[in-house]
Amino acid sequence: MGNALLQYATVLMLTIFVGIEIIAKVPSILHTPLMSGSNAIHGVILVGSMLVLGSANTTPETILGFLACILATLNVVGGFVVTDRMLEMFKAKPKTAAAKKDEVAS
Amino acid sequence: MSRGTLIDLLYLVSATTFILALKGLGSPKRARMGNIIAAVGMLIAVVATFFKQVDGHNLNHVPLILIAMAIGIVVAVPTARYVRMTAMPQLVAIFNGVGGGAAALVSITEFVHIHSTRPATYVTLEVLLGVLIGTVSFSGSAIAFAKLQELMTGRPVTYPGQQILNAIFGLAGLVIIIIILVTGQTLLLWILLILAFILGIAFVLPIGGADVPVLISLLNSFTGLAVAASGFTLGSNLLIVAGTLVGASGILLTRLMSKAMGRSLSNVLFSAFGSVITAAAGGADQRPVRSGSPEDAAVLLSFASRVAIIPGYGLAVAQAQHVLRELAEELEAKGIEVFYAIHPVAGRMPGHMNVLLAEANVPYEQLLELDEANSEIQTADVALVVGANDTVNPAAKDDKTSPIYGMPIINADMAENVLFFKRSMRPGFAGIENELLYNPKTTLVFGDAKDTLTKIVAAVKAS
Repeated sequence: MGNALLQYATVLMLTIFVGIEIIAKVPSILHTPLMSGSNAIHGVILVGSMLVLGSANTTPETILGFLACILATLNVVGGFVVTDRMLEMFKAKPKTAAAKKDEVAS
Repeated sequence: MSRGTLIDLLYLVSATTFILALKGLGSPKRARMGNIIAAVGMLIAVVATFFKQVDGHNLNHVPLILIAMAIGIVVAVPTARYVRMTAMPQLVAIFNGVGGGAAALVSITEFVHIHSTRPATYVTLEVLLGVLIGTVSFSGSAIAFAKLQELMTGRPVTYPGQQILNAIFGLAGLVIIIIILVTGQTLLLWILLILAFILGIAFVLPIGGADVPVLISLLNSFTGLAVAASGFTLGSNLLIVAGTLVGASGILLTRLMSKAMGRSLSNVLFSAFGSVITAAAGGADQRPVRSGSPEDAAVLLSFASRVAIIPGYGLAVAQAQHVLRELAEELEAKGIEVFYAIHPVAGRMPGHMNVLLAEANVPYEQLLELDEANSEIQTADVALVVGANDTVNPAAKDDKTSPIYGMPIINADMAENVLFFKRSMRPGFAGIENELLYNPKTTLVFGDAKDTLTKIVAAVKAS
């Protein structure tokens, strides 16, 4: 058990608190986009998949790593696109109209 | 600055964008921006990884990596872009599942890579946790997908001794992990993999369709934890930060979501709706109901001065949101005040109705959330229930035996009249009989919501 492990554990602990703190006040209409957005974020496993495929020496490792890369890409790309599509619907129409008025006024 | 340091610095930037993104996703104004920021951060991380050195040499198999990514993009983009809005929950489930699968695969691959070097016990533990959690998330999401896509029944699947059997599966997993750690018997990893797969399925089967969104949120959180575990194995701060962020915020989000349904998380996960339903569904079948034609409904609406519209999943299924808005506009032209009462869990996901109505250009100010809607609805002449059912079921207020007892509902029965659009007398998604259908205030209008609304619009115009 080296210093590295302790450093990772520190990061883990601190991040747990950040994660909880950061979404403490979310209106219920945003629950779904938030879930979908964080779904895309854990797609960062793509970086891990690239690393294992990139260091693969044997055929089984290569096959497993290749599959991991495909799945992880699905997660990242699909996650972000779906979230964006959901949030597209939240365009605040009246607000943009108000903003335009402001522009005209100034 | 060495190349390694620069890459680590870029990873730090990327991790920061994820935190900012989650923060942004919590506010309606900045949500879309937040998502884009996260996507940019992800791109930075992925590009930086191509230049990373592992085991003292450049990344191997770069062409293979690119091919894998190309396959992923070609499948994911059209799927995410063109699948119907009603199928969004399934999509999130499936994209979460593949993420869990990827995390499990990464852990396994890394284990295959290092196990000949006799890794330290804690490294093995990280791998095993990654495999266990990732696989549970993978198979659980697959079943959640099947339930939402109606490939299998949305009802809870129960069998005798289910809870005990699940507990045994869980315990067996722990025992196998301990045995592997103590004896270093790596072949058992494959048994753990199979066990985790079964555990994910067994865990999700008893959860009813209406609760699946909460479940997806929980599985999403699991995938985050699996990613964090692989981060430990690979020694990557980026994976630890991103995975833990999702894991921690996901658990909180899951609790918020079950709270919005007026239930505790353990109630959602372990109460298996089914056992109560059989008792509740029995007696109420043959009682008389009052039904009317779309023209009757049009008359009722035309003579109202305030109308509350209560949308539900059926509106999404019938794709009737545009006609509904048209009806609202016709009524407003007649000087009738219209508002929408939005239940937090109407539809198959929280916020489903907001998305749907926004798509039809319904003004945001007309959408009232639960509490406000309930105080306004008392002065409404007509409550128009379109495709909602469980969210207006008075059993949640006064039937202690009902499985949805305690869930906050929209008090449609407080309005002067209730117009209830229904395809048939079949109970709603949670499979519970709705007393509101038999209320003397209620007029049922049978038929497809879109058809019915189109006819009503025509009749209102003509009158």
